[in-house]
Parts: sequence; structure tokens; C-alpha cells
Amino acid sequence: MKLKSLALTAALIAAGTSALVTAPAAFAQAKEQFFPLLVYRTGPYAPNGTPWANGKQDYIKMINARDGGVNGVKLVFEECETGYATDKGVECYERLKSKGATVIDPQATGITFALTDKVPADKIPLVTMGYGLAASQDGGVFKWNFPLMGSYWTAADILIQHLGKQNGGLDKLKGKKIALVYHDSPFGKEPIPLLQERSKSHGFELQMIPVTAPGVEQKSAWLQVRQSRPDYVLLWGWGVMNSTALKEAQATGFPRDKMYGVWWSGAEPDVKDVGDGAKGYNALALNGSGTDAKVIQDIMKHVHEKGQGTGPKDEVGSVLYMRGVVMQAMMIEAMRRAQDRFAKGKVITGEQMRWGLENLSLDAKQLDKLGLTGVIRPVSTSCLDHMGSTWARVQTWDGKKWGFSSDWYQADEQILKPMVKAAADKYAGEKKLTRRTPADCQS
Amino acid sequence: MLYRENGQFKTTYRTDQQIFPIVQDKVVILGLIALAVFAVPMLAPEYLFRAILIPFLILSLAAIGLNILVGYCGQISLGTGGFMAVGAYMAYNAFVRIDGMPVIVAILLGGLSATIVGVLFGIPSLRIKGLYLAVATLAAQFFTDWAFLRIKWFTNDSSSGSVSVSGINVLGFAIETPAQKYLLCLAFVIVFALLAKNLVRSNIGREWMAIRDMDVAAAVIGIRPVYAKLTAFAVSSFIVGVAGALWGFVHLGSWEPAAFSVDRSFQLLFMVIIGGLGSIMGSFFGAAFIVILPIILDSLPQRLGIPIDTALASHLTFMIFGGLIVFFLIVEPHGIARLWSTAKEKLRLWPFPH
Repeated sequence: MKLKSLALTAALIAAGTSALVTAPAAFAQAKEQFFPLLVYRTGPYAPNGTPWANGKQDYIKMINARDGGVNGVKLVFEECETGYATDKGVECYERLKSKGATVIDPQATGITFALTDKVPADKIPLVTMGYGLAASQDGGVFKWNFPLMGSYWTAADILIQHLGKQNGGLDKLKGKKIALVYHDSPFGKEPIPLLQERSKSHGFELQMIPVTAPGVEQKSAWLQVRQSRPDYVLLWGWGVMNSTALKEAQATGFPRDKMYGVWWSGAEPDVKDVGDGAKGYNALALNGSGTDAKVIQDIMKHVHEKGQGTGPKDEVGSVLYMRGVVMQAMMIEAMRRAQDRFAKGKVITGEQMRWGLENLSLDAKQLDKLGLTGVIRPVSTSCLDHMGSTWARVQTWDGKKWGFSSDWYQADEQILKPMVKAAADKYAGEKKLTRRTPADCQS
Repeated sequence: MLYRENGQFKTTYRTDQQIFPIVQDKVVILGLIALAVFAVPMLAPEYLFRAILIPFLILSLAAIGLNILVGYCGQISLGTGGFMAVGAYMAYNAFVRIDGMPVIVAILLGGLSATIVGVLFGIPSLRIKGLYLAVATLAAQFFTDWAFLRIKWFTNDSSSGSVSVSGINVLGFAIETPAQKYLLCLAFVIVFALLAKNLVRSNIGREWMAIRDMDVAAAVIGIRPVYAKLTAFAVSSFIVGVAGALWGFVHLGSWEPAAFSVDRSFQLLFMVIIGGLGSIMGSFFGAAFIVILPIILDSLPQRLGIPIDTALASHLTFMIFGGLIVFFLIVEPHGIARLWSTAKEKLRLWPFPH
């Protein structure tokens, strides 16, 4: 290696580094609300991460195209690829934070855990719709976390309620055997405390079968299922783990209609490849899907028909795409709410965004205006309840599409509330935090 | 011209045995350290600290630890991620279970626990060599993965298996801002790099290198393989354990076993190979290459204003990064550290190479 090429290499490295240090300045323009989008379009979780990310982006584009932003404030965004990895997610968070993020949605439970400690200092609310830390529902301790519309505890609770109903009453679950096949990570372990609680009170036997992440190898897990022959299998998977589990269930001969997935295990990418093998498989639905909702038609009209769509047209309205839309809609409604209170037509700060998230009240009329009727139930958050709604339905795959197979359920407050409070108090104790005062709640 | 040792006479053994025998080297290194300690904390933006400098420093430390084992003693290890996990989780346990435990002591205890585990898994190295040892140390990785996922005691009965640490302070100073965290990591790195450098120059370091170069010959001239190999495992896993504890405590704040998966082991091994086997300096180069380069590549299209799909950008990063690894290994199989010393050799002669 010659000196010249060495010098060249050094110069290149120096140029790259300086680009890294100097760039984040050009962003803070007037009247633009910046939304950071943490996504994973690569890796084992990409089949599920991609429609989700596309839905979020398309909704932002639609609001800009249809309404010209929120009260004249244009919405801008930037994506950062996390690959579902915690350290990469932290890097992305820091990168997008420096560009003026006022709300963050990490799209992964592991990243949520890492960011939960960081957001209070940075004053950026952390929205984890349908995932994240179950205890963070308690806004008295988790001031900056918003697990909107559900956590893994509400999901597990609803699934058990549904199983009870199928058997003609929760007391009929006594003596039954329920296996939890879960992704061996915080995501998969979150529902365990609630299931244990339920198992104690109803007398069913809970069998826990972990699957090593990312879940492409499940032979031993399903061997366990075959040996112990549970009455039901609860599937707590994400990404490739779901379709693999369904294929394994098919190979093992476990009836698919006795399998119930969480809402992260109930989307098109999970079942499509399995085809008929997944027929009868059930999963929770946090949100409705399909192209009937007005919001989807608006996206079609204002985004896709103008050739601005982020992903392929035929994924619009799929389960996870819709979840992305709903999630982005929540954040934008929080922003609108904060604008109404603090500064209409202005860019809001992270603290104002937090207030907006804490005071969301989307009733049926509001949902209708948003075009989300039939997609979700009304959501109303408060200082003490950062979740806003725990409603969910069960849907079943008929070989071609997801169809609802149950009515709406709500998680049982009597079980959930003490558990959330105890977990939040434990967290506060470990972190030496004090509960927020009522005065703090007013602000 | 500037970089020349003419006129620098060594009159004592002490001066001849310095880490940096050439004055210019010493000045540059001290200048770099001064820059890192005084200038960087005042100038760098928060992003640089949290996303680049802190992970870079901690992984450099881990790479130094691994380099002692792989580069100096010639024992290939794929259990580095596991040893980091031991350091992190045992430091966590020491920190939360014992009231009033100072963070530094907890981190060092984490390192000590990693030492014990490292020595245990190093015992097979007395019988098996080379790639077979790599497979045996892989067992350490999988064992620790399993232990921290399954044994509830290690995670203080956390229901999700994720643990977190907050409110750390050192000698009464709260470590809160990114600059403070950076300085804490920097202090650890400077101390351990210096220690490692001196260890590898001492008799024990020469024993390691003798074992690496030919263990039969080393045994013949009176070096005990048991002692040499196990000390290498001990020192290496101590440093790696401390790095793991820092990764958990300072960088992530809250972590799960996946943060120390087998990917981490491979990443560290690549750092050591690309940076330069058997070189402390090389550990820093390797860490910089593996940690910083992908971030630069990843954010380049955005910064240059090229509208590019996120997935494509991420794939491109992998491709260019992979290409660069191949390029560097072809151009200089002995790692970037060798490039560095070649550059220094040339600089000595410059501008009159003949």
C-alpha cells in the first residue's frame, strides 16, 4: 500500500466523520412537525415490519395531501432502519432525536425497554400501541410511556376470556391445558404473569414453551406440544416465527382452530405462505382491516392514485398496514389536541405532545371524522390510564382472508388493575421514582 | 521530515522500554488523550456521544480483551458475547442486591465473575486447539444465553427477562449527561488499555505469545501451558466482562440477553481480525471500523440528500461494508494496525524514500 492511497483513505475517513458531525442543522425549518419513523424493512421481521412502516408513511402523506398538514403545519418524517436490534434502535433514536423528534414509536419491545429510561430526560413521549411494557399503562409512574389501546396483558386476558366463552364459562377451563408458545424475548415473556394469575384463579394448567429468537427453528417446541397435547396453544410470535409455527403445527397435526395468536401473530404475512394449512387459525385483532374504511379510501385517492404510495397497492388495508395507519393517526390526533390547547397552527414540543397523548379523547364521532369507524373502538386516555381502551376482537383465517369470529372483548379491570399498579410500583421502587402528584396530572 | 527519531538517544534501559519510544508518538498519543478528555466533552453534540463515541469506546475495550486471548495467546474464542453478558448481569446483581453498592465496584465484580466463567470455559483449551476450541467456546455463548434467559435469579425475577439500571453515580457524582457517561467509559478504556499494553509487554505477555507461536516449543523452554492459557482467559474475560457491564449500565441502561447474542461474539472477533491480531491499537481501529463505518454508510444517502428507500440504503450498507472488509483483508491481511505501522515506517523516510 502506497503512501498516496493511505493518505486518500485517511482523507475519505475524515470526510465521512465530518459529514457525520456537522449535518443535523438543516432540519429546523418553520411550520414542519417532524415524525421519526423507526422501521425494520430488513431482517427476519421485515415481512411484518414493512406493511406497518408503509401504513405510517402513507397516512402522513395523506394528511399532507388532503388537509395540507395539521392546521397548516406540514408533517415531515424520516425513516431509520433498526433491523429490530436494540443497539441499532438506540442509535436511530439518538439520530432522529437530534433532528427534532417530539414523539417516538420504536416498533419493538426490546427498544422500548431501552428507551423507557431515556425518554423522560429527553422529554419525548414513547408511544407503543399494542406492545411494550404492560405496566406502563400506569401514567402515574410512567409519565412518558403510552401503550395505547392494549398491552400484552390485555391481550392475554382477552384470549383467556375468549377461551372461557368457547367452553361455556371461565370455570369450564378448570383442568384444561393451555400452552404458550412464545418468542423468547421480553416481547414473548410479558404475558406470562397475567396468564399465571388467570391460571391460578381458573385452575387451568399453563405450559410454557419458549422459542429461541427469531424463531425459524421450532422443532423441539412443537415436539413438546405433541407430547403434552394441550387443549389450546397461545402463539406469541412475530415475524418469521408465526408462519414457521403454523407450518410446524401442520406437521405436528395440532388443530389450527385450537391455536390463538396475539395481534402480532395475526396478519397476512404470517398465514399467506402457509395457505390452507393455516385455515381455522385464530388471532386477536387490535384493529379492523380491509379497504372499506374511509381512511383507506382517502389514502388510495390522495396518495396511491397519485403514484405517491410507499409500498405496493395491494397491501393497502392489510392488518399491519392498518395498524400503522391507526398508530400514526393517534400521534397526529395527539398533536392536533396539543395544538388546540397550546399553539394552534404552530409546531409543538415534546412536552406538549405528551399532554396531547395524555388527553386523547376519540369518541365515535371523532373516529368517524378520521375515517376509522369500524376499525377501532373509541379511545380516551387520562393521566392515570395511558392506554385509553382495551378492546379487541378475535379473527379467523379462512384460507384467503381474515374475518372476525367474535364480538369485542375488554380486558378484565379487576385482574388487570392491581397487577399494573403492583408492577408500576415495583418499577418506581427500583428506579426510586415517586408517583406523580394530582397537581402534576392537571398540567 | 517531522516524524523522525534522529537524535533521540536511549541512555537507560528504562527509556528503551517505554511504550512509545519515539517522542513524536508520545506527543501524538498524549495529545489524542487530552483531546478526548478535555476537548471532546465540550464540543461534541449529544448524538455523537450516545450513538457513536460511547459504543465505540466500550466495544474497543471488549476488543482489547478479546485481542489478548485471540491475538496474543492464539486461543480463538466465540464466547465473547457470553462473557460480556456475565459481566453485565453479575454487575447488575451486585448493584441491585447489595444496598449502597458503588457502581465502579459493581462493574469490577461483574468483570471478576466473567473471569471465573472465562477460566472455567478456558479449561478445554488445554486439550483442544484452533477451530475446535472456537466451537467449545461457542458453548459458553449458548450456555450464558440460556442461563440469563431461564434462571430467574439472574434477572432479579423480572417478568419480562429484561433488567435495567438507573441512577448511577461515581464517588458522589451522578453520571447522567452523555458527556459524563462518555468520560466514565473513557476512564475505563484508558486504564485498561494501559494495563493491557503493559501486560503484553511483560513476561506473562511473552509467555502468551510463545504459546501462540508454538505451544510445544514454549512448553519445552519451560512455559507452563496451563498457566499461560488460563491467565490469558482470565485477563481477557475480565476486560470483556467489564466492557459488558459498561455496555449494560452506561450504553443501554436496560437490556436483555439478546444484547449479548452470538452476533456480538462474531462482531468482536471481526473487530479483532480486521483491526489487527496482537495489537492493542488495532482493537481501536477494528472497533472504529465495525461500529462507526456502517453508521456513516447508513446515514450517507440521507445527508447527501439522495432520496433512497430505507431498505435499499440498509442493504447497500451491508454490501459496501462487506466489500470493504474483503478489500482490507486482501490489501492487508494483518489488519488495519499493520497499515498503521507501515504508514509510520514510510513517514520516517518521507520525503526521501531512497
